Amino acid sequence: MVEVSAARPEGSQATLGDTLRPPSIRTRLLGDRKVVAAGSFLLILIVAALAAPLIAPRDPLDQNLMLATLPPAGFAGAEPGYVLGTDDLGRDVLSRLIFGTRVSLTVAFIAAGLAALLGSWLGLVAGFLGEGIDSLISRLVDVWMAFPPVLLSILLVAVLGTGLHSVITAIVVIDWTRFCRVVRTETMAQARMDYVVAARALGFSRFAILLREILPNVMPVLIALITLEMGIAVVVEAILSFVGLSVSSDTPTWGGMIAAGRQSIHQAWWVLAAPLLALFATVVAFNQLGDGLARSLDPVLRR
Amino acid sequence: MSAARLSIDDLTAVSVRDGNRFMLRDVSLKIAIGEVHGIVGESGAGKSTIAKAILGIIPSQVKVTRGRIDFEGLDLLSLSSTALRAVLGRDIALIAQDPSTALNPARRIEAQLTDGLRLKRGLSSSEARMRAGTLLEDVQIRDPTQVLRSYPHQLSGGMRQRVLIAAAFALQPKLVIADEPTTALDVTVQKQILRLIRSLQERHGTSVLFVSHNLGVVAKICDRVSVLYMGKVMEQATTAELLTAPRHPYTKALLGATPRYDAPESGLQPIPPGLIAALRAEIAASDARPADRGSADG
Repeated sequence: MVEVSAARPEGSQATLGDTLRPPSIRTRLLGDRKVVAAGSFLLILIVAALAAPLIAPRDPLDQNLMLATLPPAGFAGAEPGYVLGTDDLGRDVLSRLIFGTRVSLTVAFIAAGLAALLGSWLGLVAGFLGEGIDSLISRLVDVWMAFPPVLLSILLVAVLGTGLHSVITAIVVIDWTRFCRVVRTETMAQARMDYVVAARALGFSRFAILLREILPNVMPVLIALITLEMGIAVVVEAILSFVGLSVSSDTPTWGGMIAAGRQSIHQAWWVLAAPLLALFATVVAFNQLGDGLARSLDPVLRR
Repeated sequence: MSAARLSIDDLTAVSVRDGNRFMLRDVSLKIAIGEVHGIVGESGAGKSTIAKAILGIIPSQVKVTRGRIDFEGLDLLSLSSTALRAVLGRDIALIAQDPSTALNPARRIEAQLTDGLRLKRGLSSSEARMRAGTLLEDVQIRDPTQVLRSYPHQLSGGMRQRVLIAAAFALQPKLVIADEPTTALDVTVQKQILRLIRSLQERHGTSVLFVSHNLGVVAKICDRVSVLYMGKVMEQATTAELLTAPRHPYTKALLGATPRYDAPESGLQPIPPGLIAALRAEIAASDARPADRGSADG
């Protein structure tokens, strides 16, 4: 007889035994200092945006030319109560900054969410069904990405008119391709896995396999990408505000503050510096959180 | 032999992208109720293509040009995809090759084991969970509740393969297709897994199509064996006949190239190049005369 060697005793049972238990996702995330720092910063921003009228020291639109271009606390000539100083119309910079988070975060969450929804759905379909549908969607993405994004967004807002919804539409229309490409590639990799074959052998429909089997595996990448996209959306909104194509000028935005601060840079540098730093920190926080999520959620790296 | 549960007749398939190269050449085989039928062959011999054809998941570049796959009176090749999906999982199940990728890494074992029970058998989720626990005990997993809560990456390769076997036998199918189920495992685990498949199969009277490149593995578990080369059945015989009195020269060569623990002094013999050349010439000649194809079938 042809014989296969055996070392274990008859009837031995399999147990989890010495299987090493990797840390849970939560443990990993909370152990990552960058993620904790970025997450806390963004949490503070969210609270600031939600509770802006309660925590802002003054009305962000309140002008007082007697108190114009006051420097921030700690500098010569600073007034108590104006922690970050005032701009050339005497408006409180800190209050404007706090109210500005509302527009930035609204755009970040809604635009990134919608772009993800549109792009990843197309990416899932293209990656899983392949062939004709895949080439159709992929060519569309290629052509779409050939447009310079800033130009396209300015053009779009010019056509759609200014306003929050136009800014969001512009970001979704431009950035869905990012999601489509990444999700398509990831879906193709997952679709080759044996578990998809196993699901088909169980008699599941393609739609069920896509939603139940493949989507949970694409999710880690998707969540990380959405977080990165939020940072991008904040920048795009600031750019559009800067060129005056976002919300109307009586709503404080970081981009609008940067535009106003640019004109008075020699008299009041803090009017420019404050929103610029806020923007910078927010984008860094979103990126760090995105990277951290990508590291922790990846089921392969988790091993 | 009792009635055939699965009967494949003259199954012929070509690779469309590869200039209509033959993948399968008039493959015929019958699997009786409660029988384990092995398909052995080298890589690329078409073993997996047969398995995929039964499951209706052959890749789009492969086309079945001839033949029938009859499963208890159902012509699987002509079933609509909806009708086939109803049969799959319930009557025909698959034990996939690689336990490291055959379980979904993002879903807990419980979700993956209960899928079929809930969707195909209509069990409630608590009934399905109970049943899943029993299934894990059947495959000799000691702490089923713990395993049900786990993700695949928390289990060892042998454990995952046990889970896959539990999933395949979950709905008590009539036919289980085992596509190289032990290839990715080390030898000691291999033996346990083979014994497990055999005992479950005997208990439920399941027919098994066992695909492997390893004649030693096939010898341990199969009742009958088909030896496949270049998509053509070289020899079909009971395992005992095949091992003691192989008729076809290719089978003899294959046996000579398999390590034997009972006769280690015999050493390993490579398959003679002359034999390969002769086989290829013979197959090429029969490809040119379609009417003669299948005459060498056992």
